[in-house]
Amino acid sequence: MHEYSIVQALLERVDAEARARRATAVHRLSVRIGELSGVERDLLTTAYETFRERTICERAELCLQVVPARWECPRCRGPIARGSVLTCPSCAVPARLVEGDEIMLDRIELEVL
Amino acid sequence: MCETCGCGDSEIVPVDVHEKILAGNDRTAAHNREHFAERGVVAVNLMGSPGAGKTAVLESTASRLGGHQRLGALAGDLATERDADRLRAAGIIAKSITTGSACHLDAGMVHHGLHHFPWRELDYLFIENVGNLVCPAIYDLGQAANVVALAVTEGEDKPLKYPVMFRKADLVLITKIDLLPHLPDVRIETIADALARVMPQPLYLPVSARTGEGMHRWLAWLEQARMAVEIRTAWHRGTGAAGRSAV
Repeated sequence: MHEYSIVQALLERVDAEARARRATAVHRLSVRIGELSGVERDLLTTAYETFRERTICERAELCLQVVPARWECPRCRGPIARGSVLTCPSCAVPARLVEGDEIMLDRIELEVL
Repeated sequence: MCETCGCGDSEIVPVDVHEKILAGNDRTAAHNREHFAERGVVAVNLMGSPGAGKTAVLESTASRLGGHQRLGALAGDLATERDADRLRAAGIIAKSITTGSACHLDAGMVHHGLHHFPWRELDYLFIENVGNLVCPAIYDLGQAANVVALAVTEGEDKPLKYPVMFRKADLVLITKIDLLPHLPDVRIETIADALARVMPQPLYLPVSARTGEGMHRWLAWLEQARMAVEIRTAWHRGTGAAGRSAV
């Protein structure tokens, strides 16, 4: 359950930002997780609900966006369907993952007096 | 204070961050990688399911390379010293990183593990990760390469079920191939096809640590990895020449 250690890293990062900006609370967090990031949406939510108690994020909503994996040919830019062999059928070059492996904190909405 | 009317209510201030949540781990991993590059140590992050044969591959590697190369290992283990004991018995300088309940190693644990460990003297440092096909893939440790051990007994569709792990692999060792005669339904070609659907540049080597079959190819891969690290180390030192001669 690495989701717990990810939430821990998330809370530390948010806490540092909140302190630097003298925020009194955190209103909302926007986080993006890729389909191939190895992070499960439900497990991350559970871990967040568990760990946010008595932190500055106690009342903060967690907005999670799941990004599907998207592969393409780096040469002709043609899409390569997930589940197929990850080589471009036209150019015979290895596919490139365009998105879908991110574990990203996009935005923090802070409450400031 | 609310700037519109000065009422004393708090104001919502959005801060765009766009930062990896594991940025802290990545910084420590970069620090580890810098250490390894400075000293010309090839760090290999060896991952795989419990029982995939990670320790057996390292034992077999030591019996073939031990006389020529200095091998070390950090063994991630939930609760015991058993893997480190086995590796030491095989002639590898080994230390356990006991993770407790943690299902993976992270860069900080590896950095801590390097303290009081003679890693600077090594040619190869194998980081034997906790047996797990999910969590270890997410954490950069500062390794030069990710190697995943996949035993033929695990089933042909493992790569499709665990794409995150196999996508991160630079090399997959298909282990325990001496058992293939007992597994009429398992074909290396089918495993290779599954790998090609999750790895853009699938590279795999079928090996048996028990009989030694295929191990020479693994050793050749290790030698190639060492030469690549030597070039980087020479560049790092600014000498323009390889730091250590090839054995």
